[in-house]
Parts: sequence; structure tokens; C-alpha cells
Amino acid sequence: MIIQPLFFLFILGSGFSAARMPGLEEVGYIDFLAPGIIAMAIMFSSMFTGVSVLWDKQFGFLQEVLVAPVSRISIIIGRTLGGATTALIQGFIILFIAIGLGVPASGGILGLLLTFIFMVLIAFTAVGFGLVIASKMKDFQGFPLIMNLVMMPLLFLSSAFFPVVSNPILKTIAFLNPLFYMVDGLRGSLIGTSNVLVPLVNLIIVSLICIVMMTAGSYFFSKSEA
Amino acid sequence: MDIIKTTNLTKKFNSLTAVDNISFSVKKGEIFGFLGPNGAGKTTTIKMLTTLLNPTEGSAEVADFDIIKKRDDVRRKIGVVFQEPALDTELTGKENLDFHARMYALNKEKRKTRINDVLNLVDLMDKKDVFVKNYSGGMKRRLEIARGLMHFPTVLFLDEPTLGLDAQTRRAIWDYVKKMNKDEGTTIFLTTHYMDEADYLCDRIGIIDRGKILVIDSIDNLKNSVGNDVITLTCSDMDQLINKLKEQNWISKIKQHDSFLTLGVEKGDEKIPIIIEIAQNLNIKIKSISVRKPTLDDVFLSFTGRTIRDDTQNNKDRLMPPGLRARRR
Repeated sequence: MIIQPLFFLFILGSGFSAARMPGLEEVGYIDFLAPGIIAMAIMFSSMFTGVSVLWDKQFGFLQEVLVAPVSRISIIIGRTLGGATTALIQGFIILFIAIGLGVPASGGILGLLLTFIFMVLIAFTAVGFGLVIASKMKDFQGFPLIMNLVMMPLLFLSSAFFPVVSNPILKTIAFLNPLFYMVDGLRGSLIGTSNVLVPLVNLIIVSLICIVMMTAGSYFFSKSEA
Repeated sequence: MDIIKTTNLTKKFNSLTAVDNISFSVKKGEIFGFLGPNGAGKTTTIKMLTTLLNPTEGSAEVADFDIIKKRDDVRRKIGVVFQEPALDTELTGKENLDFHARMYALNKEKRKTRINDVLNLVDLMDKKDVFVKNYSGGMKRRLEIARGLMHFPTVLFLDEPTLGLDAQTRRAIWDYVKKMNKDEGTTIFLTTHYMDEADYLCDRIGIIDRGKILVIDSIDNLKNSVGNDVITLTCSDMDQLINKLKEQNWISKIKQHDSFLTLGVEKGDEKIPIIIEIAQNLNIKIKSISVRKPTLDDVFLSFTGRTIRDDTQNNKDRLMPPGLRARRR
């Protein structure tokens, strides 16, 4: 799971290292890219944990959990914390590699703290989204479809790989894209430049998105029958 | 004392009524079986009783707790072995049991002794540290039964416990089930479509077909209701023979099926010559005739009008996509 984001970081990062475009005046491309890749890694990894409920469903293991005298909420919390932990470990590995590559953590301690909060929120949101998908789908066949047709376009339009400020249409679309606030917030708090919105504004929006997604995930999961 | 009690339990899936208004009770300490073909509503009933599905109508109590209002209390009292294996294959046998025990809030001490107890019961002690993915089908089944017993359940649900296992393993599992019923006093509710399984294991059975319970009684009573011996025969003019046989008062039960006739009689071997004589006098050719002790198959046949095997076969064909169906023939 962690290999793909690293490929993105190294290959895109070195390939576009000489690129100059609007919105990229103050920083090198790899500095710009790193927060986007961290967000992507956490997002995909957590989403996969949420969706892995489908495995349990298919192998029948979910039934075993559901007949136990354990409340549905604690099952969801367990699943979320477990998924978020692995996702955050991956996120930190990429973060450290990025800092090792010279990406400046210009926000200082406060910036790193904010970065951490964003990473946690992204992880929870993605697990929630994964749970919604897992509760609504019967098997794994639709999963690549959602990855390719929903997640990838949203990620491309989130300013994870290139700045969206240069193009007014892209910018409008970005403001409708929940992933944009996550990537922009992470970038603002980690490298402190090239972000569109102030990190705190992003933080409020991302927190709201997270609450909505987690609620939706818990709701659909508790409604789904094994 | 009744451990399970249902009143008018019903489950509908859209237009399909899977379980249709069933009411029955299971006594403490007995092995009760639901016998019926695939798709009869057995698994749906178990899923409702184990709180995995909500009934559309009606209610049920398990160990004196309502399955809708007191879900968590019901869950604490029951153990379940599902039809499909529900083990974590990436864990060892012992770890599976430990995980289960933690979910049921057993303390460390108790977990340790209980894991050893149940592993010994199903003879898996020497395999406890092997990953479940390396277990055979029979071993997985045994581990699941052991797991179902981990938390001292009042009642254990077994959904088709020996489905897809070989004859030897089935026999072993039956013995484990009997043993735990005796040693631990666990009430057992099982479903099966195997006649021999119901016959060997159950104290009482309910015959279920198309979501309805046709009859509930002890195995002996059910067999006696068919007659002491069963004579099966095929002949040329069935209707004529039936009319004549109906005049004979030593035949307790006559039932006509598509291509054969079954008669319930006493001392069957002595009656064969008499029947042949009657047929010969009417100029009816008897193609085959046999006598045997009644089996649950006969009971099932007399209540549903068809054998369970026909039905299982039909069900399989119906469930299979058309392409596969053609290839099978």
C-alpha cells in the first residue's frame, strides 16, 4: 500500500522538479507534492480498511462479530481506530521520507501538530467513506469502479498534484471537492505556503466533513444486515 | 422449561415469505432439529433467533429474553455455528478462540482454562497453534463448535453442522455434539437436510418446508405415525390396486406417489405374499416390492408428498444460472 504513494513522490517529484507554473512560485515541486501524497496515502489506506468489512462479510466472519454481545458502535470504533492507525503509520513514513528529501516543515511545532490533526481527520473520514461503501455493496466488484471513477478524479482535482489556482474552472470545482480542503489544509500546516485557504478554515471544514462521513458510515453499517 | 419459544414468527424478503408464521418451543437440555430441504427457511429462522435478522412479524424468546427488545441479553446466552465458516483464517485456532472469548468479556484466567477445555472436547489440542488456513474442513468445523461453546452458552445454534463433510468426519462431529449436550447440558438447536443426521442426533424434530412447520414430534413418534414397516411397490395399474388394498384393514396407511406406492403395515415381510396374491387376482403386474423399517425419509415423504432428495436437487437446479444448468446435464 505504501509503495504506490512513494512512486508518486519520487517519480513525479523528480520528473516535475524543474516545472514552473502559477501557484508554484515560492516552492519546489516536491515540496508542493509531498503533502498531497501524504493525504493520498492516508486516504487510500483508510478507505481500504473501511471497505475490508466486505471481506468479513464475504468470509462470514462479520456474522461472528455481530452475534457477540458487543455494541455496534464499539465495532465501528474498533474498526476505525485500527484502520486509522495503519494509515497514520504509512502517512508518517512518507512524511519522514519527505522531510528527509528536504521538504521544509516551515510551520514549526505548531504546524506539525496541525499536520497531525489533519492526518487523523483524513483517516477517520476515509474509514467512514469506506464503511458507507462496504455497507451498500454486496461484493468487491464495484470497488475498483469507485476507486477509478470517484476517488482518482477527486484526487486529481484536489490540488494534490498541481495547483488549481491558475485555472478559474478548476478552482471552482476544487471548492466543491471535499478532498481539496484536506490536501490544502495539510499543505498549509506542513510547508506553510502555496495553500489557498488558511489552515484553520480548512480545519473547520474538514472536521465537519469528517463528522458527516463518520456518522454516515456508522449509520449505514448498523443498518446493514449480515 | 422452554429455552426457545416463538410465536407466529414471520420473515418476508420483499414478496418472498421465507418463514411463514411459525410457532414452536425447544425444551431445556434437548437436541432439537429443524429438518427440511434447502430454502425451507431454516437458516432464516436461525438468523432471527440469533438477532442477525429482524422478524417481519411475530416474536420469539431465547433463554427468557425477547429477541428484539433484549438483543444483547440474547447474544450473551447463545453460541452460534454458522452454515458458512466464520473463522479468521489468518489466526491460529487458539487465537480464534481467544478473540471470541474477549468479545464475550471472559477474564484472562477463565479464557485460558476454557480454551483448553473446549479444545480437548473437540480433540484439537495438538493443532491449537496452527493457522486456521491450514486446517481441513472438518477441523474448521470442530473449531467452530468449540468456539460456540467458549462462553458457556445456554443454547447452541448449529446451522447445517456437517454440510460438505465426509462420512467419517460427520460421525465424529455428531459425537462431539452429543457429548457437549450431555457433558455441558447445553440445549442444542440445529438445522439439517440430512435425514440420518436428524435421526442420529435429535430428541425432537420439526419438519419445515416452504417456511411452514408441518409437524413437530419425537423421532420415534414420527416414525410410528408412518407404520411399523413400510412396503414400497411399483406396479402396472396402481389405481385399481389401491382400491382393492383400501379394503384391507391390516394396512394402516396407503400413500400414492408419482411412480410408486407406500404402505404402512405390521410385520411387513409376512404381508408381501398377501399383496402379491391380491395383485395377481386382479391381473396386475408388480414390478418391484420391498419392505423396510420406516426412516425419516418416509416421515418427510408422508408429510410433504415428496422426498427431500428430489427437492434438494430441484433447488440446486433453480439456483444455478442457466448456462451452468445446461452444462451439468
